[in-house]
Amino acid sequence: MRRALALLGLSLALISARPAPAPTINDALILGDTLPARLQDFGLLVDGKTPAPGVRPYHLNTPLFSDYAEKFRFVYVPPGKAARMAGGGLIDWPVGSVLIKSFGYPADLRRPDDGIRILETRLLIHRASGWVALPYVWNPDGREAVLKRAGQRLRVSWTHLDGQTRTISYAVPNANQCKGCHVSGDQITPIGPKARNLNDGHQLQALKRAGLLQGQIRGLPALPVWNDPNSGSVAARARAYLDVNCSHCHNRKGPADTSGLWLDWDQPADANLGLYKRPTAAGRGSVGLEFAIKPGAPDQSYLLARMASLEPGIAMPELGRATVHEEGVALIRRWIADMKADAAPHP
Amino acid sequence: MKRHFMQAAAVTALSIASAHAATLSIAPGPDAQERLQAALIDARPGDVVALAAGRFDLTDGLSLDVSGVTVKGAGPDQTILSFAGQQAAGEGLLVTSDDVVLRDFAVEDARGDGIKSKGADRIVYRNIRVEWTGGPKESNGAYGLYPVESRDVLIDGATVKGASDAGIYVGQSRNIIVRNSTAMYNVAGIEIENSYDADVRDNLATHNTGGILIFDLPNLPQQGGHNIRVFKNRVIANDTPNFAPKGNIVASVPTGTGVMVMANRNVHVFDNEIAENGTTNVMIVAYQNSFADPHYNPVARDIVVRNNRHGRAGFAPAFPGGAELAQALGGTFPALFWDGVGGEAANVHLEDTAPAISMNLVAQGQPITAAKPAPYAAPKAPAPADLPMIVMPDAMEAAAR
Repeated sequence: MRRALALLGLSLALISARPAPAPTINDALILGDTLPARLQDFGLLVDGKTPAPGVRPYHLNTPLFSDYAEKFRFVYVPPGKAARMAGGGLIDWPVGSVLIKSFGYPADLRRPDDGIRILETRLLIHRASGWVALPYVWNPDGREAVLKRAGQRLRVSWTHLDGQTRTISYAVPNANQCKGCHVSGDQITPIGPKARNLNDGHQLQALKRAGLLQGQIRGLPALPVWNDPNSGSVAARARAYLDVNCSHCHNRKGPADTSGLWLDWDQPADANLGLYKRPTAAGRGSVGLEFAIKPGAPDQSYLLARMASLEPGIAMPELGRATVHEEGVALIRRWIADMKADAAPHP
Repeated sequence: MKRHFMQAAAVTALSIASAHAATLSIAPGPDAQERLQAALIDARPGDVVALAAGRFDLTDGLSLDVSGVTVKGAGPDQTILSFAGQQAAGEGLLVTSDDVVLRDFAVEDARGDGIKSKGADRIVYRNIRVEWTGGPKESNGAYGLYPVESRDVLIDGATVKGASDAGIYVGQSRNIIVRNSTAMYNVAGIEIENSYDADVRDNLATHNTGGILIFDLPNLPQQGGHNIRVFKNRVIANDTPNFAPKGNIVASVPTGTGVMVMANRNVHVFDNEIAENGTTNVMIVAYQNSFADPHYNPVARDIVVRNNRHGRAGFAPAFPGGAELAQALGGTFPALFWDGVGGEAANVHLEDTAPAISMNLVAQGQPITAAKPAPYAAPKAPAPADLPMIVMPDAMEAAAR
């Protein structure tokens, strides 16, 4: 009897230790026109950071800064379909694809792999009508994530790299804010997984071997890794950082096109990159400075001051940043400081 | 499905909307942010988001991206969206869809701009108040009403107070009416920038730094501002010391400027009452700063100023050397001021019966110290022909009633 109970206990332990059964991916839900209330219904994830079979993790050379959150990125391409290399370094993901990004924090950033709590998972779904962006927020127990189209603020604490406790009001974006960053012209588009930012010498090749990507990838440019000096010069890494963190709005077609400040990778080094560019409709965002970038003078460059600010109305990016990215600010500071004062035709 | 419906709705504008119209009523109280934002997301074309009377304490910016939606309050003093506790976003309310009507509510103390609409064609702002309640301060948001990159913009019966840049600002847009509105205690009362085809009429601009500004700036997607009429406005006692953050173009506007035209073409200023502006009543100037943009024309040209009723002006000119200049001219600075850049070819017609002066500056960017002031002399070329009245689509006028 006692032995039987012990066996029962053991088998119960085994059951509870067993991972959740692999979900079945619901292609009909992905392709439909509903806004499912529960993330689980898609069957894309086992939990916030574990993909279902058929969903592939990927990483970016230079990621968007998101208040020091750890991020887990996955892509799902429906069976029998493949993405194609498109012009301009973009990847054309087929209808039925889903880009998935989970955000979470470890207790201590110095041990980023320990005990990560996932807060939210954002889906970018390619439907026949276009891309749809949906934010899901995980319950505190991490068992269920529900749709929050109006967004949510979450109080988050962690031990920072310097050993100090950080507490912020973390903002899950609402559906409009998703579009606010992901819009190009009138269409929602993916931002992160551009070919140059995926190009680490392995990822694109692996996608091709798996039959998930078609087209020429040889000779593609590669975005440097913003914090790896071996991957590029300060200037190259700074431009990569601005490309990833700013240019989804600050480009000729983006939500910040009317500012005339365009920070994408291909932007020539002229006034529209910020060199000796005066503020436009910036209000107090100019923080009393004359130029977005004054070459050689980071402390007189409002682009840098806005990155270092937490004040709404001044802080850039406007969304998704409740902390200053000190390491990113340091990189841009060095880039501006290194510029020769005659780097642009001074007007 | 929904998307196709929205596109169809955008094409036929407000006309089909009534068949589907629903009213989403939102009251102030706990979770106002989430409830109101959810309504702005869930609304369908033709719906009305009805805001009850009271004060909504908001924690983040709001946004609307559904075409054909009306957001309507109980009145600009009854329904108040307060952004004093705003934690993020560049504006209080952001509209990015077409055929939207905003009316009968107030936005207070936004941390950035009050209401911004971008790429939002056929937008109506009616009976809206935007105010920074602490009075003029450099830490106030930049713009009260901020439509940009849009076609067909109607602002009617708005009141804006305290903007650290412009109270009512229309940028990089075309076909614009700003009327029956009041701008007070802003740096710029009403500003039309890098825009085409605008009527600014029947407004009151008072106690701003500058009353009504018609500007054009370089290095922007849309530039070459032209065809602007400023008429039947009262531009009185713009006397608030300039509190714009340095670096912004309006930080260079002298306190006490009535109407200021900079680097635009074909601007008509007529039938206004312009008085008690300490620097000058009407100022016509070139863009002052250096620039590197081969497509940009910095000169104000084809300008007509006529039939305006002038009160006192120039009793406190607030630009460097202004006091000395006023002294040399007999104590006050003239009511009409042109920097002279562009000369005869600029075709600047100052036809009012008020003292007028030209600085006779030769080139854009010359300092005022290079001026050779002399009484203004009319150019030989005829004044530019009258511009047609700006007309909005009928549905917009109907929505503004």
